[in-house]
Amino acid sequence: MSDPAMSDPAARPDPARTSFYIDDDFYRDLVAAFTGWQTDAAEIADPVRRDSCRRLLEREARLLDEGANEAWLGLFAPECLYWVPASPDGGDPRREVAVAFDDRRRLEDRVFRLSGDYAWSQQPRSRTSRIVSNVEAFATDDPDIVMTRSSFLISELQAGDRRLWTGWYAHRLRRAEAVEGPDWEILVKQVNLIDCDGNLRNPSITL
Amino acid sequence: MDGLTGPRGAPVGDYDFDHLIQEDRVHRHIYTEEAIFKAEMTRVFGAVWVYLGHESQIPGNNDYVQTWLGLRPLILVRDSHGKIRALYNRCTHRGSTVCRQPSGSAKAFQCPYHGWTFLNTGRIRGVPWPEGYADDFSDSKFNLAQVPRVEAYKGFVFGTLNLDAPPLMDYLGPVATPLAEWVDRHPGGKVALCNANRLKLHGNWKLVYDNSADGYHVVFSHRSLLAMENRLIEDGDKGMAFYKESPDSAPMYVYYFGNGHHFKDKRGNVERGRPGALWEIEGVAPGMEYFEAKLRREHPARANEFLDLAASEPMNINVFPNLHILGNHIQVVRPISVAETDTTWWGTAVVDDDGALDGAVDDINAIRMRTQEGFPNFGEVDDLMNFEQIQVGLQAEEDEWAYTHRGLGLPERFSVDAAGTIKGPATDEVFLREYFKEYRRLMTTEPNIAIARDV
Repeated sequence: MSDPAMSDPAARPDPARTSFYIDDDFYRDLVAAFTGWQTDAAEIADPVRRDSCRRLLEREARLLDEGANEAWLGLFAPECLYWVPASPDGGDPRREVAVAFDDRRRLEDRVFRLSGDYAWSQQPRSRTSRIVSNVEAFATDDPDIVMTRSSFLISELQAGDRRLWTGWYAHRLRRAEAVEGPDWEILVKQVNLIDCDGNLRNPSITL
Repeated sequence: MDGLTGPRGAPVGDYDFDHLIQEDRVHRHIYTEEAIFKAEMTRVFGAVWVYLGHESQIPGNNDYVQTWLGLRPLILVRDSHGKIRALYNRCTHRGSTVCRQPSGSAKAFQCPYHGWTFLNTGRIRGVPWPEGYADDFSDSKFNLAQVPRVEAYKGFVFGTLNLDAPPLMDYLGPVATPLAEWVDRHPGGKVALCNANRLKLHGNWKLVYDNSADGYHVVFSHRSLLAMENRLIEDGDKGMAFYKESPDSAPMYVYYFGNGHHFKDKRGNVERGRPGALWEIEGVAPGMEYFEAKLRREHPARANEFLDLAASEPMNINVFPNLHILGNHIQVVRPISVAETDTTWWGTAVVDDDGALDGAVDDINAIRMRTQEGFPNFGEVDDLMNFEQIQVGLQAEEDEWAYTHRGLGLPERFSVDAAGTIKGPATDEVFLREYFKEYRRLMTTEPNIAIARDV
């Protein structure tokens, strides 16, 4: 945030209503954070720590399979990003369109649209079953932030037709101070489809 | 030039297009029958100027991008001398594709199967162990085939196989005007394609073309989007809200231009010429408040002008058979089979080669990328489901007709100008009726198709 008035968290506008936090610094930090982070040196070997991340990823998959979209939103930090790049290397979102690049407000838009009965792409609503596996966690320069990589396989049943969504997730997680629930909140969820640059049939479910 | 053999104007199976395309309705068979689809690949896609790609995809000599003309795999390339060519991506030896990468830069293409090599002009450069051939390969019949006529307008590259097709500008006719207006609002009169929102439907390609000037479906098919766009606003007027009341009394119209081209112009809802008017109706997008504040702070005199470049003009320009301009997207339709179609929504970026934007181009594009992601995510997916469900419904064999008659018999709804352009209210289906007449003419005419090999 270059504007000094914005540096006080209490004074920052509600990210569900306005989008001031997707700024130059955000884009720059995002591209940096999602470049070169999967290194052996940064991998977190401690099974307890890694399992705390896995717990969040599995909870997230369950909530999405249950269609509990509001609860799923609750896993995200207020200033968050749901990002499905259209380039296999993620690309630079300042110069490229993505399959999805949802800030907090647009993510709530997505959930709002799916919650009604008039999103025809989800009538009838899809059923999904997700497998999230190969979870690895990686340390960052910030001790309160970790990155995870996991593989996913989403089986979707849409109006009697079975389809697959395949790829890997990158989650940027921040240690949360929640009394209950997971130890982490999601800052960024990046969904890397193996066919991110292919023509996608009905990409209306939340991946 | 290799001419094709075959009877001219031969019937397509037993199909009678005077029966299939009627004044007020079309027969289900034009969407469901393999034989008709196969004929379309020659009589429509082989007969007219087809959009192949954009000059910004191949900015330098030797740059190429894969593309298609109907089902024909092509390499759109700017050859070593700077000439744009549409080469068949098909080795003259055994028929394999010679180019496997979606895009790149290459002075030559070598077939991975037996190593025949072709310059990016299409000329054969050599074959392995030529002493095993009695030929010397100077015969042009071994060069890659190429589309004999390739022309560009405002950065849009078209090709036709039909030697009798009119010049490109005659083919475009009046649709060239909104195309030029769309491009020319950008600095330098150009845009650059970035990457794309890519969608697929299990439906016939014409379902996309049928919809692209349709103002009748908006409040129904896009009901969830309209609600979403205005959920945070009282008396919301964002996005497509001007459809909410009675769209036929709003200042927006459908046009039929001839040669299959149609157009939906919603710009009448926006105050023309006032900087900031486009930005005011743009739906919300990630980062828009930050970048708007930044542009207003750093460029107080020109911020509205810059923000309009991040927003889009409300119009749909439809160039038959496969090019649609919607908002800032360039949507390209690729038929795969009678019931499968890819629609690729190329994102476009503003370019500022001569510094006309005072360094604001990156900020403009940072918003523009996000505004473009809205409709494919929250609007088009619902349309595509409806198109797919048309394909399902049309399987009902005895229920033969789909109607196109909204506005028919109500001549007071239309006007025709000196160029023959028909103008009607926003929800009218006149554009459907008229483009189907052209489709019927094409489907009963054998084009004079040829491929070129002389370089």
